[in-house]
Amino acid sequence: MPDVQPLVSDFVLKLKRRKVEGSHAVARQTAELLRSVVSQHRMGSSANQAAALADAVRAVGEQLIAANPIELAVGNVVRRVLHIIKEEDISSTAVGIEGLSVTVDSDDEYDREDDDRPSLSAAVLAAHARNALRAPSLQTLLEDIPVSPAISRTASSTGDSDGKSKSAGDKTSTRKLKHDVIAAIGDLIDEIDSCYEPISEQAVELIHQNEVILTLGRSRTVKEFLYAAKEKKRSFRVFVAEGAPRYQGHVLAKELVEKGVQTTVITDSAVFAMISRVNMVIVGAHAVMANGGVIAPVGMNMVALAAQRHAVPFVVVAGSHKLCPLYPHNPEVLLNELKSPSDLLDFGEFSDCMNFSTQDGSPLLNVVNPTFDYVPPKLVSLFVTDTGGHSPSYMYRLIAEYYSADDLVVRRKSSA
Amino acid sequence: MSQKKSRSRGGGGAAAAGDDHEDLARPPPLQAVLLADSFTLKFRPITLERPKVLLPLVHMPMIEYTLTWLESAGVDEAFVFCCAHSNQVKEYLEKSGWAGRAGAGSMAVTAVESHDAISAGDALRVIFERGLIHGDFVLISGDTISNMSLKDALREHMDRKKKDPLAVMTMIIKHSKPSVLTHQTRLGTDEIVMAIDPETKELLYYEDRADNSNLYVTIDKDILSNNPTLQLHNDMEDCYIDICSPEVLSLFTDNFDYQHLRRHFVKGLLVDDIMGYKIYTHELRSGYAARIDNFRSYDTVSKDIIQRWTYPMVPDVISNRNCSESRLHRQAIYKASDVTLSHSAQIGANSVVGSATSIGDHCRILNSVIGEGCTIGKNVVINGSYVWDNVVIEDGCQVSNSLVSDGVHLRAGAIVEPGCVLSFNVEVGKNALVLAHSKVSLLPQPSNEDSDEELEYADTNSGVTDSPPFSSMRSNGDQATVPSEEDESGTSETGTCGVVGYIWTSGDAGILEEWRQSIAPISKEKLEELQHAVSENDGSEDESNNPTLPDKDDSSDSAVEDDDLISKFEKEVEETFQRAMGGGVNRDNLILEINGLRLAYSLQHADCAGAVFYSVMKSALQAAQSTNDSLLKTTAEALGKWKDLLRNYTKTVDEEMEILLKFEEMCQETTKEFSPLFSKILPFLYDTEVISEDAILRWAEEKEHADESDKVFVKQSEAFIQWLKEAEEEDDEEE
Repeated sequence: MPDVQPLVSDFVLKLKRRKVEGSHAVARQTAELLRSVVSQHRMGSSANQAAALADAVRAVGEQLIAANPIELAVGNVVRRVLHIIKEEDISSTAVGIEGLSVTVDSDDEYDREDDDRPSLSAAVLAAHARNALRAPSLQTLLEDIPVSPAISRTASSTGDSDGKSKSAGDKTSTRKLKHDVIAAIGDLIDEIDSCYEPISEQAVELIHQNEVILTLGRSRTVKEFLYAAKEKKRSFRVFVAEGAPRYQGHVLAKELVEKGVQTTVITDSAVFAMISRVNMVIVGAHAVMANGGVIAPVGMNMVALAAQRHAVPFVVVAGSHKLCPLYPHNPEVLLNELKSPSDLLDFGEFSDCMNFSTQDGSPLLNVVNPTFDYVPPKLVSLFVTDTGGHSPSYMYRLIAEYYSADDLVVRRKSSA
Repeated sequence: MSQKKSRSRGGGGAAAAGDDHEDLARPPPLQAVLLADSFTLKFRPITLERPKVLLPLVHMPMIEYTLTWLESAGVDEAFVFCCAHSNQVKEYLEKSGWAGRAGAGSMAVTAVESHDAISAGDALRVIFERGLIHGDFVLISGDTISNMSLKDALREHMDRKKKDPLAVMTMIIKHSKPSVLTHQTRLGTDEIVMAIDPETKELLYYEDRADNSNLYVTIDKDILSNNPTLQLHNDMEDCYIDICSPEVLSLFTDNFDYQHLRRHFVKGLLVDDIMGYKIYTHELRSGYAARIDNFRSYDTVSKDIIQRWTYPMVPDVISNRNCSESRLHRQAIYKASDVTLSHSAQIGANSVVGSATSIGDHCRILNSVIGEGCTIGKNVVINGSYVWDNVVIEDGCQVSNSLVSDGVHLRAGAIVEPGCVLSFNVEVGKNALVLAHSKVSLLPQPSNEDSDEELEYADTNSGVTDSPPFSSMRSNGDQATVPSEEDESGTSETGTCGVVGYIWTSGDAGILEEWRQSIAPISKEKLEELQHAVSENDGSEDESNNPTLPDKDDSSDSAVEDDDLISKFEKEVEETFQRAMGGGVNRDNLILEINGLRLAYSLQHADCAGAVFYSVMKSALQAAQSTNDSLLKTTAEALGKWKDLLRNYTKTVDEEMEILLKFEEMCQETTKEFSPLFSKILPFLYDTEVISEDAILRWAEEKEHADESDKVFVKQSEAFIQWLKEAEEEDDEEE
C-alpha cells in the first residue's frame, strides 16, 4: 500500500503535533483515512482476505493511536472499522456457506480469543471451507497470522500456505468484501457526521418549558441539542460556565444568543452558587468509558459534584464515536494531557519568577494545565447517544454492540 | 485525499500570501534558512565532537525542535546551512527522515554545505550565491525552540512590505524581564535595550551589549528628534527568529564585512541607514520562543520544556525516534516505560528519565534529565543536571548542576561540582572531585583562539595544547587508553586527581564571568554580593564623587575614573609640551597634537586650556632659579612665548575661568612656589590677553561667597581687581 503511506504519516504527524483536535474531527478523519487504507489495500489471493485487511487496518490503527493516545476517538473508529470488516466477512461467508455450517457462526461468535480450541475441529472446518467453498473461512480468519509489518507479504504467504489457485468466484467475493467494507465505512462516516441529529431529536423530551439548563464550556453536541429544543418552541434559559482556561463558553454564549436563547454567562467558580436554580445540567464529553465514566473538559467533575449535591440531573450527550470500550485506570493522569501554561499565565509577566539562575535551580513556579476531568459513573444521571438515553450502568452493553471484544487492544497479532 | 492535501497546505500557504494575493492559483512557497551552526564557541568543548544543533535537549536534538516547528508553522522548504561537522548534520537529516521527504503537506529539507563560512553573514552570502531563495523567508538558527504561530507575524510582514518595500525584516521579540541583579535575561544573555516606535513597531535602536558597569545607553539624538514617540524596552528578549525579504541576502552580499546578524547587520542597518531599509518587530503574545545560546539557556529552556511552555513539543508528545514513549507523571516527571527503577530510588519533580536506563537503590534524582541507556548505581545523587545517553554512574556519586555527555563514566564516589561540563567519554576516577565550573574533554584545548567570533570547528589538532593534561593521566597526543591502567591510577589517586581528559582553562575573562552562563544557578554568595552592589548603587547615586566607596559601586567608579582621566591627560599634554619646547615643534602641530589627545580622552575644550596652562607654568618653574624674582621672570617669558597657544584655547570666558581656577589650584596644591606671585602673574596674564577682565571679575565675584581659605588669592590680587573695576568705570565714563 505505497499510496496510503504518505497519507498515514501525514495524519500521524498531525495527531502528534496536535494539529487535529476534538473527537469529532479526529473520528471523521480517522474513518476517512481508514477508508482509503482499505480501498488501496491490494487483496491477495488468499482465503482470508478479511484477516489481511484487518491486519492492514490494525497496523495503521496502531500508529494512529500511538500518535495521540489521548484522542480516544481514534481508537474507537479503528475498532469500529475492525468490527465492520469482521461483520462483513461473516455475512459474506454466511451467504457462501448457506446453511452448511450454521454452527460455525454461532460457535465462534462467542469465543473468539479462544486460541487453544481443539485442533481437530479447526482442521475439519478449514478443510470444509477450502474444499467446499473456496471462500475465506472464519477459521482462517481467526488463526494467528505468522507475520509481519508487510501486509501484502502476509497475504501472499497465507495464500501460499493455503495453496489454492484463485477462482473466479474467489475474486468476486474478495471484491465484494472490500466493496462492502468500504460502503460500511462510508456509513460510519455518515453516522459520525450526522450524530447530532438523532441526539438532538431527543431534546424536546428532556428539556421542558421554562427550565434552566447549565452547561460548561462549548460542545457542538450540546449546542445542537439546545438549538433543537429552541426550534421546537421550547422556551428555556441557559447558564454557560465559561470553561477556563480556554473560555469556549464565551463562544457558545454568542452562538446561543444568535439563536435567541436566553443566556447567562457565569464563571466556573460560580457553578456551585448557581446550581440550586438549575433544573438540569447538560454537557458534552470527550469520551465515554466502558464503565460509564466520562472524560470531559476540565472543570466537569466539579459541576457534576455540584449537581449531585443539589440533586440536579447530570446529562451527558455524546455521539457513538465517543463510546470507548476501555475501562479507565488512573484516568486523571493517564487519560489526560497537560497543555501549555501559557493558557493560564502570560510568560512575559512571570518570566522573572522563572529565572532559574537566581533561584535555587529548582523551579519555584509550577503551572498545571490539564485538559480533561474524569467524571465517575455514579455522578452521571443519563447518557444521551444516537440510540437514545441510557444509564451509566448500561454503557458496557451498548459498547458491546459496536465493538468486537478481541479488538480492545489494537495491536498487530505478530507483535503481540 | 486531494481535499486533505489542500487543507494541509492551507496553513502556511494562505498566511504567506496574505488576504488579497494576486495569483490565486499558487501562493509562493514559504522558505526558511536554518543555520545549523551557531558560529560561537560557547558550547565548547562539546562542540568539538558534535555540532551544537545535534546536542540533545531533553532527549531530542535541538535541530529536531526547530525543524518540527518550521514544518508546523507552514514552511514549505527549508535550507539547512551546515558548516562545522556538516557530515554529522547531513547524516542526521538523512537518518531522521527530514531530508528527501518531498511530498504534499510536508516540508522539503535541503542541506547546504560550505566549509569556509565563519559567520552567519558568510552563510547568508553563500545562500545568496546559490540562488536558493526566491521570496520572503524565515531566518532561524538551528538552536531555537519555539511553538509560536507564524501566521500573524507573516501577515504583518507582508502587509508592511506591500506598503513600504523598504521594510526588509521583521524580528520576533518576546516580553521577558531581565534580572535586576545580573542584568541578564533568564537565558543568560545580556539585557537588550531596544527603542521601538509604538505605532508602527519599527525598530529604531538595538543594543545588546549595553554597558553594564555604567548602566547607561547612548541614543542618537536624531532618533529622538525624528520620532515623536518611542518606547524604550529593556524587558524584551530577542527570539532570533526573523522574517526577511530577499533584499536581506543582497544586503549581506553588498556589505561583505557584515558577520553577526545582530551586532553587524541590525545595528548597521539602524545606524548607517543604508538605503533607508527598515526593521520592524513583532511581539510574541502567546507562544514560546527562545534560543539556546549558552549553557545557562540550555538549562532554562530544558526546564521550560519540562514545564510544558513549549507544548506540543514536550517529551511525552513528540519523541524523535520510535523508541518507547515517555509518560508524564505527576509533578512533571517524565519516565519512559522501560526504565528500571529501584523501589528505594526517588525521582523528584521536573525530571526526565529516558528509556532503558536503570537506577539503583536509594538514588535521588531532582530537576534533572537522564538520557537513554544510562546505568546509575546505588546512593547516587543527581541534582539539576543533564546526563545524556549511555552514561555510567557508579555507586555513591554526586552530580549537581552539571552537564554530562554521552559515554561518560563516573567511578564510585566521584563528585561533580556545580557548573561542570564533561564532554564525550570522559572518565572520572574513584572518589575524584571535579571542581566547580571545570570543562573536561578528551580533546586538548586548541591554543589559538583569538576572538569570540570564531568557528565551532577550528581544527582539533591545531597547535600543541598549552593546558597540560590533568593529573598525569595522559600525555599529549597519546590517545590510546588502556582501561585497566586507568583503573589502577584511579584507585591509587584520590582527591582532585583521577580525571581522564584535559581540563580546559577558560578564556581571559572567563573565570570571573563563568557564573553568568553556566548551568549552575548563581551561588548565594554571588547573589548577595550583587544585591549589595545594587543597594549601594542606589544609595550613592547623588554623591557620586565620593572616591572611598568600594569599587563595586558603578557610579562612583566612573567618577574616580574621570579624575584619573584628567590627570593622565594633563601628564600627556605636559610631555607633548616639553617635547615641543625641546625639539621646537611647530606651534600648529602642537595644537593639532593636543587636540588629538583631547579627542582620545574625550574631554572638554576647557580641560584642555587648563592642561596647557599647567604645562606652560610647569616649564617656567623648571627653567626658573629658586628665587621668586627669577620665577616671575621666567614665567613672564614663558607666557610671552606661549600666549598664542594659550589664546587658542581661551576663546570663551568659561575657558579663561578654567585657567584661573587651574592657576589657583596649582598655587594651592601642586606648585606652591607660585602662591606668593599670584597677584603679580595675574596682571601679566591680563596684559598678554590670555585672560580677559570679564573672566577675572567673574572669578572674583564667584569667590566672594566662598570660604575664607578659598579667598586667599582674591585678597592677594585685590588691588589689581580694584584697578580693573576702576578702569572699567573709567571706560564707561569716557563713553
